[in-house]
Amino acid sequence: MTSRRLVLTQSAALIGATSTGLLLPAIARAQGNKVRVGLMLPYTGTYAQLGVAIENGFRMAIDEQGGKLGGREIEYFKVDDESDPSKAIENANKLVQRDKVDVLVGTVHSGVQMGIQKVARESGVLSLIPNAGVEAATRALCAPNVFRTSFTNSQPTLALGKVLMDRGHKKAVWITWKYAAGDEAFGGFKESYTKAGGTIVKELGLPFPNVEFQALLTEIAALKPDAVACFFAGGGAVKFMKDYAAAGLKGKIPLYGSGFLTEGVLDAAGPAADGIMTTLHYSDSLNTPRNHSFRLAYAKAFRSQPDVYAVQGYDTGLLLVHGANAVKGDLASKPAFYKAMETATIDSPRGKWTMSKAHNPVQDIYLRVVENRENKVLGVAAKALSDSGAGCKMV
Amino acid sequence: MDFPTFLIQLLNSVQYGLLLFMLAAGLTLIFGIIGVVNLAHGSFYMLGAYLAYSLSSLLGSLAVAIACGAVLSVIFGLALEWLLFRHFYERDHLDQVLLTFGLIYIFEEMRSILWGDDVHSVPIPDVLAASIPLTDTLSYPVYRLVISGVCVALAIGLYLLISKTRLGMKIRAGAFNRDMTEALGVNIKLIHAIVFALGVALASVAGMIAAPVSSVYPNMGSQVLIMCFVVVVIGGIGSVRGALIAALLVGLVDTFGKVLLPHISGMLVYMLMAAVLLWKPQGLFKQ
Repeated sequence: MTSRRLVLTQSAALIGATSTGLLLPAIARAQGNKVRVGLMLPYTGTYAQLGVAIENGFRMAIDEQGGKLGGREIEYFKVDDESDPSKAIENANKLVQRDKVDVLVGTVHSGVQMGIQKVARESGVLSLIPNAGVEAATRALCAPNVFRTSFTNSQPTLALGKVLMDRGHKKAVWITWKYAAGDEAFGGFKESYTKAGGTIVKELGLPFPNVEFQALLTEIAALKPDAVACFFAGGGAVKFMKDYAAAGLKGKIPLYGSGFLTEGVLDAAGPAADGIMTTLHYSDSLNTPRNHSFRLAYAKAFRSQPDVYAVQGYDTGLLLVHGANAVKGDLASKPAFYKAMETATIDSPRGKWTMSKAHNPVQDIYLRVVENRENKVLGVAAKALSDSGAGCKMV
Repeated sequence: MDFPTFLIQLLNSVQYGLLLFMLAAGLTLIFGIIGVVNLAHGSFYMLGAYLAYSLSSLLGSLAVAIACGAVLSVIFGLALEWLLFRHFYERDHLDQVLLTFGLIYIFEEMRSILWGDDVHSVPIPDVLAASIPLTDTLSYPVYRLVISGVCVALAIGLYLLISKTRLGMKIRAGAFNRDMTEALGVNIKLIHAIVFALGVALASVAGMIAAPVSSVYPNMGSQVLIMCFVVVVIGGIGSVRGALIAALLVGLVDTFGKVLLPHISGMLVYMLMAAVLLWKPQGLFKQ
C-alpha cells in the first residue's frame, strides 16, 4: 500500500538527489577558481592613510583564515578612487565589468560611495562599505547586496544628545560644516537631544572645508549655551579645537562632538583637546582582551597602530569570512550567503555587533574623553544602537 | 548684537581681511606688474605654513623661524622665477594657467613626500598665548592681534617700497611701459624676478604667521586661493590698494554674514563680488 508518507519521502529523496547532482559541479567549479576581491579605496590624497588602514585591517582578517575565503584562494584587484566622486562610477565599473570581481570593498568618501551604490544596485555585485557614513546607502537606496560595517553619519551623534542632558546641559549650540555628513550628524544629535528634553539654541554652520571659525566662536561666546556640540574631522577639527581654546571658551563652555573630531588628530591638537567628550563606536583605549589582542597583532603585522578605520576594514573581512564559510566558498548561492551575513554576530575589537535589517551595524556607542592626547573610554553612551533605516524597503 | 560682541566681530573681520590682503597683494602684484596669472599662489601659502612647522620645532622660536622662512621663500621664489616663470612671461595666459595649475599638483606631491599627509600644529609662542577678556565669556586672542599688526606693518612697508623708493619707481615704470623702461637702461628682468620673489614671500609669510591659528594640513592652499582671486577681482586686477580695500570688505561680509545670515553665508562673498562687478566691471580700483 502506498501511503502518503511514502510518496512524500520518495519525492523528497528524488528532489534531494537531483538538486545535489546539480549543485555538486557548481561547488566544485567555484572552489576551483579564486575568489575575486575588488578593493576600491583612496590610496592618494587626504584620505590615503584611511584607505591603507582599511586594506590592512581587511587583509588581516583574511590572513587569520590562512588567506582563504571559505576554503578558496583569493585574488585581489585594486583601484585608487582618489576620493573623487566624478570618477566613482567609472572606477567601480572597472572592478565589476573588467575584473569581474565577486566582492567590491569600498570606500571612504560618501560622494564616491553613492557612485558605488549605483553600480552595486545595477550589477547586483556584493558591495561591502568599510567606512562611508552616507545614510542613503542603508536607507532609501539600501539593497540586499549592500552591507555596511562602519556607521551612518548620524549614529555617533544619536548617542550624543542623551549624554549632554545626563550631564545637565539643557541649552546647546550645534556647529558643523554645511555638507551632507555634517547635516546628517546634526540630524542624529537633534533627534536625541530634543527627545531627551534639551533645547538647541542655535545651529551654526560654515561651508565645507572652510576653517575660518573665529566669527562663529564669538557668536557662541555671546550666546553662552550650557554646552557646544559639533561635527568636524581631520585638519579642520584640529583648527576648530585650537580656535575654541584660543577664543577662551575651553573650560567655560564644555565641547562635545561626534567621535571623528578627535580621531587621529590629537597630537596636532595638543592640550587644546583635553577634556573634549565625544561619542563613537570605537576607541583605541577600549580595555577588552579582544581589542588588546587585535592591536598587538596589527602592530606586529603592519608596524603601526590601528585606528577606527583599521577596525572597520578588519570587520569587513570578518563579515565576508563569516558569510563565505557558511556557504563553504560557494559565493554564487547568494540567498544563503547573504542570509549568513545578515544574521552574523561580528566579534569585533569594538565589541560584538550585528547587522540591522537595512544592513548597517547595530553597535555600542562609547563615550570618550580626551586626556593627554588619548581618547579615554568613560563608558557606553548607547547600547546596541541601530540606525532607523528609514525608507529602506527591506526593513 | 551687543557692543562687545560687535567689537570682537569687527576685530575678527579686520584680522581675516588683513590676512587675505597679504595673500592677494602678492597675487595682484605678480599679475599687475609681470602679467602672469599664478594659480599656484595658494601653494606658497601652504609652503609657508609647513616651513613654520618645521623651522619652529628645529629652531625653537617662531619669530626666528619666520625670519629664516622668509629668506628661504625669497630664494625659492627667485629660483622658481629663473627656472620656470620667466619663460612664460610672453606666453598666452592659458599657458600660464596650465603651468601654474600643474605646479599645484607638483607642490602637493612634494609636500606629501617631504612632510607626509598628517595634520600638524605650530604652538603659539608663550608670551602671545593669552586672551584679552572682555566679558565673562567673550575674549579676544592676543595672537590674532599680532597677526593683524604684522599684516599692517607689511602693508605699510609695501606701500613705502612701491611709492617712495627708487626700486618702486622702476617697478611702476616697468608695469606701465615695459619697452620704454628697458630702453632707459632699467634691468627689467631683475625687476620682474624681485617682484615675483616678493609675491612668493608675502604669501609664504602669511602662511607662516597664520600657521599657529590655522594648523598645518594638506591642500590648505587651495581654500585660500579662491578667496584670494575673489579679493583681487573685487579690488581691480593689478591694484594693491584695491586688494586692501577688497580684502577688508570680504572680511566684513564673510564674518558678519556667518553670524547674521548663516543660511546663505557661503554665497555672500560671491554675491558681493557679483554686485561690485555689475557696478564696476573692472573692479573697484582698476588702474
